[in-house]
Amino acid sequence: MPGYEAESRVALRLTVNGQPEEIAFAPHKTLLEVLREDLGLTGTKHGCELGECGACAVLVDGRPVLSCLVLGLECGGRSVETVEGMAGPEGLHPLQKAFADLGAAQCGYCTPGILLAAQALIAGNPSPDLPQIRAALAGNICRCTGYVKIFEAVELAAAWMRGEDAAPRRESLYGTDFDESGLLPVLPSGPGEGGPR
Amino acid sequence: MKSDAGPDSSYVAGGTDLYPNMKRRQQTPATVIGLGRLAELKGMAFGGDGAVFGAGVVLSEIENDPEVRAAYPGLAHAIAEISTPPLRNMGTIGGNLLLDTRCNYYDQNFEWRQAIDFCMKKDGAICWVAPGSPRCLAVQSADSVPVLIALQARARLVSAGGEREIPVEDLYRNDGISYLTKRPEELLAGIAVPAPEGWTAVYRKLRRRGAFDFPVLSVGAAIRREGDRVAASRLVLGGVASAPIRLTKAEEVLKGRALDEDAIREAAEAAAGPSRPMDNTDYSFLWRKQMTKKFVADALRQIARAV
Amino acid sequence: MTRPRTRVVGRPWAKVDAAAKVTGQTRFADDLSLPRMLHAKLLRSRRAHARLVRVDASRALAAPGVFAVATGADLPIAFGILPVSQDEHALCPDRVRFVGDPIAAVAAVNEDAADAALALIDVEYEDWKPIGSIEEAIAHPVPRIHDYGDLGNFHKLVSMEFGDVESGFLRADRIWDDIYFYEGNTHLPLEQHAALADFGPDGKLTLWSSTQTPHYVHRALAKVLEMPASRIRVIATPNGGGFGGKSDPFNHEIVVAHLSRVTRRPVKICLTREEVFYCHRGRHPTLMRVRTGARADGAITAMHFQTVLDGGAYGSYGVASTYYTGALQTVTYEVPAYRFDGARVFTNKPPCGPKRGHGTPQPRFAMEAQLDRIACDLGLDPADIRLAHLQPPDSLTANFLRIGSMGLGACIEKVVAASGWRERRGRMPPGRGLGLACSSYISGAGLPIYWNAMPQSGVQLKLDRSGGVTVFCGSTDIGQGSDSVLAYVVAEILGIDPFDIRVVTADTDLTPVDLGSYSSRVTLMTGNAALQAAERARDLLASAVSTQLDLPVLRLVFAGGRVFDAEDPGKGLAFAEAVVAAESKLGTLGTVGSYSPPPSAGRYRGAGVGPSPAYSYSAAVVEIEVDPESGIYSVPTIWIAHDVGKCINPVLVVGQVEGSVYMGLGEAMMEEMSYRSDVNGNVVHKFPSMLEYKSPTTMEMPDVVTFLIEDPDPNGPFGAKEVGQGPLLPIPPAVANAVYDAVGVRVDEVPITPEKILAALKSKAQGKAARFGPDRFPEIPYPEPVHIPTPAEGGDGRARDREATGAGGVRGAVAAKV
Repeated sequence: MPGYEAESRVALRLTVNGQPEEIAFAPHKTLLEVLREDLGLTGTKHGCELGECGACAVLVDGRPVLSCLVLGLECGGRSVETVEGMAGPEGLHPLQKAFADLGAAQCGYCTPGILLAAQALIAGNPSPDLPQIRAALAGNICRCTGYVKIFEAVELAAAWMRGEDAAPRRESLYGTDFDESGLLPVLPSGPGEGGPR
Repeated sequence: MKSDAGPDSSYVAGGTDLYPNMKRRQQTPATVIGLGRLAELKGMAFGGDGAVFGAGVVLSEIENDPEVRAAYPGLAHAIAEISTPPLRNMGTIGGNLLLDTRCNYYDQNFEWRQAIDFCMKKDGAICWVAPGSPRCLAVQSADSVPVLIALQARARLVSAGGEREIPVEDLYRNDGISYLTKRPEELLAGIAVPAPEGWTAVYRKLRRRGAFDFPVLSVGAAIRREGDRVAASRLVLGGVASAPIRLTKAEEVLKGRALDEDAIREAAEAAAGPSRPMDNTDYSFLWRKQMTKKFVADALRQIARAV
Repeated sequence: MTRPRTRVVGRPWAKVDAAAKVTGQTRFADDLSLPRMLHAKLLRSRRAHARLVRVDASRALAAPGVFAVATGADLPIAFGILPVSQDEHALCPDRVRFVGDPIAAVAAVNEDAADAALALIDVEYEDWKPIGSIEEAIAHPVPRIHDYGDLGNFHKLVSMEFGDVESGFLRADRIWDDIYFYEGNTHLPLEQHAALADFGPDGKLTLWSSTQTPHYVHRALAKVLEMPASRIRVIATPNGGGFGGKSDPFNHEIVVAHLSRVTRRPVKICLTREEVFYCHRGRHPTLMRVRTGARADGAITAMHFQTVLDGGAYGSYGVASTYYTGALQTVTYEVPAYRFDGARVFTNKPPCGPKRGHGTPQPRFAMEAQLDRIACDLGLDPADIRLAHLQPPDSLTANFLRIGSMGLGACIEKVVAASGWRERRGRMPPGRGLGLACSSYISGAGLPIYWNAMPQSGVQLKLDRSGGVTVFCGSTDIGQGSDSVLAYVVAEILGIDPFDIRVVTADTDLTPVDLGSYSSRVTLMTGNAALQAAERARDLLASAVSTQLDLPVLRLVFAGGRVFDAEDPGKGLAFAEAVVAAESKLGTLGTVGSYSPPPSAGRYRGAGVGPSPAYSYSAAVVEIEVDPESGIYSVPTIWIAHDVGKCINPVLVVGQVEGSVYMGLGEAMMEEMSYRSDVNGNVVHKFPSMLEYKSPTTMEMPDVVTFLIEDPDPNGPFGAKEVGQGPLLPIPPAVANAVYDAVGVRVDEVPITPEKILAALKSKAQGKAARFGPDRFPEIPYPEPVHIPTPAEGGDGRARDREATGAGGVRGAVAAKV
């Protein structure tokens, strides 16, 4: 490789998903690139890299921002949360479980950004209504779901996070007026965890 | 620092305007001077004279501030209409005031602009919107500006040589390239908004979608009434020229009149003339021009309803 | 078909890959990286139509960090998705046909180095006249964009007539003759296409790619790279949205494979958003003229449907797309005599291809909008005119499509009742209205893309003594849940928990061929293949359990993770014990299943497009609020019913319906691929960005009330039919019909923008036509139609010449496949 010089790097300390990190990266890199390429956290996605889709949203100091328009350098000393930080040893975050249960993640590509935007919403407003959910997620394009299942999942997760024993609405799962005559009873010893409601 | 870095440098605060432009090579500063950590630019203060916003205050903080929402609901609304929630967590009020003018021929990446041959705003010599035009026709597209002008806000500019305060209205020039009267070495430090004192201000925005989109026609309107009469009004159009447009004729129409449907219609009629959008944004420009009356009238009706 | 009763199938499970998706652990193509990996970038044409006089990449090769360059000369063999249009090159050898056509490639140590090197590639163009529209393509037969095609810049010209259309018109009380236009739009998957190639030291190539069709990519790679297919492995990574946009083999996939072979290093490419617009393969802009004769009761007596599609620069699926604009008009309401003339032109724009609904949303828009006109003109309720003339179930249409289950009537009744249609339509406050439209879609194409007699889908099942079951299938999960469908179907038959099943898909080394995720084929075809494999596995287990427990096979029940006696449920074996019994008795266990669609009834040229094992049906009512002063409107609520045959998983079916409604609404309201010509005549995409390509946000999405209708089809697994595409189709015409109900004007053009509504209102106010839309349909040199007598006329699915038809003879029979 004649003439090629490795890029100079800058060192930076920041906290990612609660874990202090010290990393070195080329100074022009965006937070998106630092997360994906230097920290191996590929859960954060990119759809345009110009701030026009919301796929790369992460939380910086608790606020949703577009990691494609933040320089890594600007995050020194800050706390960054990505989708990888949501689930713990106890299992999925309630938002993640609600998204899984309701099919709110179809292709799953916009999902990380939407989960984080929803997490920030619920942190500031434990009981968001539909217009508030719409407004909070207005910066995240989803091409698969038509957002309906996403709205429902955020409502459900918020209820769980308030400690309510909420269940998905029947219409969310079966549509309206579903005819159940095609279903046999599930045997008591039948499918368990992860099973249908 | 700016004078050290020279003309080939650029200030950046939130980065939501500059970084996309840099990625598309519309702006190619050799040095970028980050303002994100300048505490002096971050404050918001409220007093008897009004409010002062540091230029570096993040948009969502203004939008969600209870005092702003109480005293300047029109401004809070205008800011809430900017782009998207995550972007408003990054972009600053100063950045919105200084937002680069926009054009469908300019907001494209390098290769696209190369394919059509570059325009005069960057790397070229011609305006593709109107090839006969001697000046660039890129569009003023900042949501906060029309309502700030309507509210008689002032901008504080500082440089090594001193500081000055000018009406926000005077910050702009109707030229898509040289769209600011701010000198390159000057830094926009803050925005002062006078106390509302009887003024009611609203903002109406035309765009395709309820998020993401820049205004392709916008109206900032402020009216002060004495009794049921309009004592003073300030009406400003955005998104139809390289600078915000004051609707002085329409303002005159309203003066001293009750804000009834007749006055509103007459004022809206007077607003149509100065609205001369070009074919360089979303939606057809002829329709955008037609919509001027409706949007001005709607803004005035909204004020009339807000007693 | 009797209603199958099920335990696993039909319940709202999470997807088997849901946990990975919500935790960010799903590995999309650009998430992969390998040691020593290089990054590739493509130099794309800046001219819309030109001859390449010179392409010199030698300076780029010498640039810092560059490992290899490639130009058209390195990859001279053409490829394309359809055998009849192998007209693409990995890198253009001598001609460029649109702004964005790839000319050269660089592999470098990182993207920045590759980008910098692109600027060092010297390209000399000799400009040719670009063709920017249908009208220009017709007006300028030369220069030809391709050296093949039916005439000038017509890629394809077809004409076929089913039954005696002129007599049909004579039987009509009135004839409607309308022109419609449907603008092109694109898939806009959130994931940009990406591919990673690794040519290993063993001389074998592995390609990971965000593709919906790994099998076709496999074939294209073997062809262009001149490598034995047996040495190529294609792995389709989970697609971050497909919608049809990732179902062609793409130049960038071939380029990274080539660059990896040259450098002996892994090479990755991830397209920019702008490049995704250039890949396109989206909805064809389509101009349509529809003549329909109907009696006073609304019965259609004849229909003559003419289309012309703007195909863009390459063939892609375009021949099929062209036929699809004429294929499915007959499957919803009875059309006793039908003529279709179709044309596709080449233009110097990114190639169009299959987007959700492939070739059918455009004619469905025209047909349903015209039917609304017909109903209003005849004083009939638009719901009733449809209900009264439904194509019957278990029937053969005029163009020999075999209809099985047909639940459209139930769909219409659901949305009519729920929306308050009968009470509210025409009686709403000014500016508000309701619109109804219906549709149907195929559950997989009857014929594969290249002619062969092999199955369209194959499944292998592995069972072992641990009780573990693994399903292997070539199908590709693009978010619709096809991996999950495999697990649910196998779990149902074997009576186990779907989350205990491992699913391995979309890997040409490991999985049997499935043709891919397109044409809504996966649930029906892989579902049937999985069903067959699972039933065979169940039979093996049953024979062993029957021996061990001394019970007749027919008394054994597989459910709840056990195999037990139906008459004495306490007597039985755990599933793993049953596998041990079978492995002990029979040796290593494995079964296969495969699926081939039933043969088509039509035997005429063009009969390959339209036949399907089953047709889904949808009906939608859209509520609208229009501001007559501006034309600005909003859609507060959409009611939609979809006949899916049988839900394999209802929550995923509802999700597909809602997603289709969203995409249909985006097309109806705002999405369009726009182009502009610069002063030199160069044709460029107007704004290839996510900001200016308007895709609806959370703020535009209406409330959606979904009804799932289960009318099981004998050809579907458990009766299941498609859902991924059909529910998109009724939305654009329902919006147009709602606009009419709200403000009394017709917008005969998609997207339906405020400007167009306002223009129609002005036209109406001036006493002119109360519509906005195209005024003329160009003269198109369609060929003389091929005549095919309908089933009602005693036809056998073959074409006959006209005199012979009149005489009932069989002279001149023609049978050919597309």
